[in-house]
Amino acid sequence: MIGIDWYLALSAVLFIIGVIGVLIRRNAIVILMCVELMLNSVNISLIAFASHHGDITGQVLVFFVLAVAAAEAVIGLAIILAIFRNNLSIDITKVNLLRW
Amino acid sequence: MATYAFVLLAVLAVASALAMVLNKNTVNSALFLVLNLMSVAGLYLLLHAQFLAIIQILVYAGAIMVLFLFVIMLLNVDEEESLFDKFRAIYLVAFLLGVVVFGQIVYSLGGVTDLLPEISADMAYVGTVEAVGEVLYTTYLMPFEMTAILLTAAVVGALMIAQYKVKTSDQEE
Repeated sequence: MIGIDWYLALSAVLFIIGVIGVLIRRNAIVILMCVELMLNSVNISLIAFASHHGDITGQVLVFFVLAVAAAEAVIGLAIILAIFRNNLSIDITKVNLLRW
Repeated sequence: MATYAFVLLAVLAVASALAMVLNKNTVNSALFLVLNLMSVAGLYLLLHAQFLAIIQILVYAGAIMVLFLFVIMLLNVDEEESLFDKFRAIYLVAFLLGVVVFGQIVYSLGGVTDLLPEISADMAYVGTVEAVGEVLYTTYLMPFEMTAILLTAAVVGALMIAQYKVKTSDQEE
């Protein structure tokens, strides 16, 4: 049986990959997908802890994280659509209307 | 044997995550994310969270990623030539090769019977729909209802943001 530490290490690695993706990519849709990746890595560690302690609460929490991730994806994609309509680009370096 | 399954799924998850971040094509990126979500669902199965593994595939890899692909193809922002513009023989070769590799993997995994975790009577109860649902509808009923409100608000907000021209009531008069 795999120890919980390996699951936590995998979760950390996936989270870091997501962070790097958010930082280096300029495509707004890919950035949103990297955020989903980060949420997923957190879910892995939640379920690993739930399995380790034999407690169902962690799995319920993952359920809520899934719902919030769905809402976040819908709102984010709608914002990207609106930006694209005004800007004709989803390159986030070109979205600088609010920058002073 | 669960160790081998973990190593396989973990390597698959990390590799597909890296490929997602480093890929220039947005559609390929989204498909690599689907692969990543699938391998994470396999990890949930290893952790006895059956219900969440199914939900992960249905909601994440099904619904959310279809939404992503819709927006990607709607915006059509790929600088590279689009994926399926013309049929080429290399696609057929790639498809056949993929089928062969898939068959090989299924054949080699078929000999391993104890790949999935052993389910004893009390462990089988851990992540089932019954166990999760019981807690969800009793202890966490209030957060569950709040989730419904959150999702409704998200859908209404997304419609308001993404609509082409929002008509207010005084404009119609």
